[in-house]
Amino acid sequence: MSPSLRRVWGLVYRHLALYRRSPPRVIELMYWPTLQMVVWGFLSVYLAGVQNNVASVGAGILLGGVLLWEAALRSQMGFSISFLEEIWSRNLGHLFVSPLRPHELVAGLMVMGLLRTAVGVVPAMILAWLLYSFNILSIGPALVGFFTALILMGWAVALGVTSLLLRYGAGAETLAWSVLFGITPFAAVFYPVSVLPEWLQPFALAIPAAHVFEGMRAALLEGRFAWGHMLAAFALDAVWLVAMWAVFMRQFQAARVRGALLNIGE
Amino acid sequence: MPPVLVVEGLRKRYRPDAAYAVDGLDFELPRGATWGLLGGNGAGKTTTIAMLLGLLVPSAGRIVALGHDMATDRFAALAQMNFSSPYIALPHRLSVAENLRIYGHLYNVSGTEARIAELSETLQMGDFLDRPAGELSAGQKTRVALAKALINRPQLLLLDEPTASLDPDTGDWVRTWLERYREASGCAILLASHNMAEVERLCGHVLVLKKGRVVDQGAPAELVARFGRDDLEQVFLDIARGSEEVG
Repeated sequence: MSPSLRRVWGLVYRHLALYRRSPPRVIELMYWPTLQMVVWGFLSVYLAGVQNNVASVGAGILLGGVLLWEAALRSQMGFSISFLEEIWSRNLGHLFVSPLRPHELVAGLMVMGLLRTAVGVVPAMILAWLLYSFNILSIGPALVGFFTALILMGWAVALGVTSLLLRYGAGAETLAWSVLFGITPFAAVFYPVSVLPEWLQPFALAIPAAHVFEGMRAALLEGRFAWGHMLAAFALDAVWLVAMWAVFMRQFQAARVRGALLNIGE
Repeated sequence: MPPVLVVEGLRKRYRPDAAYAVDGLDFELPRGATWGLLGGNGAGKTTTIAMLLGLLVPSAGRIVALGHDMATDRFAALAQMNFSSPYIALPHRLSVAENLRIYGHLYNVSGTEARIAELSETLQMGDFLDRPAGELSAGQKTRVALAKALINRPQLLLLDEPTASLDPDTGDWVRTWLERYREASGCAILLASHNMAEVERLCGHVLVLKKGRVVDQGAPAELVARFGRDDLEQVFLDIARGSEEVG
């Protein structure tokens, strides 16, 4: 293993060891996605009972939206909360005086975001299939693209949140839980972008998730693969990631100038 | 033999309108030497150490550690340095062995498990190697912090108050251990401490800081003789309570 990969693994190992010793943390990973799935699942069942065919299709869209959006949420939270764990344990000083490069720190946090997404979302997918006979895999190979695009978006937002943590310290920690919920109304998770007021639509279309969910609806409602939306989602992800990486590095350097890395937990 | 650490004109102020926390530090730390950074609260010791470790960007000046310029090539230097402070914790929920394993990976230590076993034996950590770091006594935590600081066999070791909050017996054990380690490894040590007896015992040379400047320096015995005092603590008090003039 190269020294760089080994440092990334060191960071991942640190968090895996933490989860091994803390069952409540593991349960928490599955708790919210499962709860979301149960609530939206029963709502879907109710609507399907009231309005029959039309609502049955709508129910699939709702459940698909819930599951896919959870991927973005868990990816962002997994990254941000793993960074917060370092602040809470006052371990950042040791990490930043080790040879761990900023891009290796970010890579380790991305891996944690991915692992936390898998642990949170896979049980919810199984539950959706067992309780509501909704098999998200029926979307087909495009599903891999949808999940990937949303996880990338989660990482980009998490880089922004981490930049704010470097700037404002643990005082900004509530953003780690709340920031993506604030984007939800504009991300077209449960309704098409066309439902939004016209002046708001350009903003929505600048969000990678909006294209993922337009693509998901095309797959579920029309059985077609919306290439344009998929490409737009990945292109926007690339722009968001590059922009947020630049913000992160700027804040990291500013924290080194201000001395914020010495007392970031305070 | 070139010095392990070269510091030239080092200055730091945290805001443009603030006074300099470190104001023109120059020194060269020879290989295998133990030097002390002495000074009261706010003298600039922590700021100096943070800059030496790359945690803080200097406002002016240059640091070359182990032949690497810290402004442009700090990661190459950091791989051969390490640091210990009772004020920066290791993750409390993880066991001692898990914590050391993490830093073994971060410092790319070959034979990490063997190194942990070696440190466990020499620092007498066998009884608590599998216990969470947060459940240890102050003395045990100090030994773990030292083990973390030595995991990569550093050529330059920075220690901030290594025996703070330890009872006299444990403090003496740590000091004896550090003396032996330095003799055996040839590692250079820069030590910041408020414990004058510790500095007198461990350090061959002392930099006395006040308001970010070196106000005096020399071997502890030289300083004691120059000030006409009985020990370093009295010298420290003379300097701390003395004139605002520095030079």
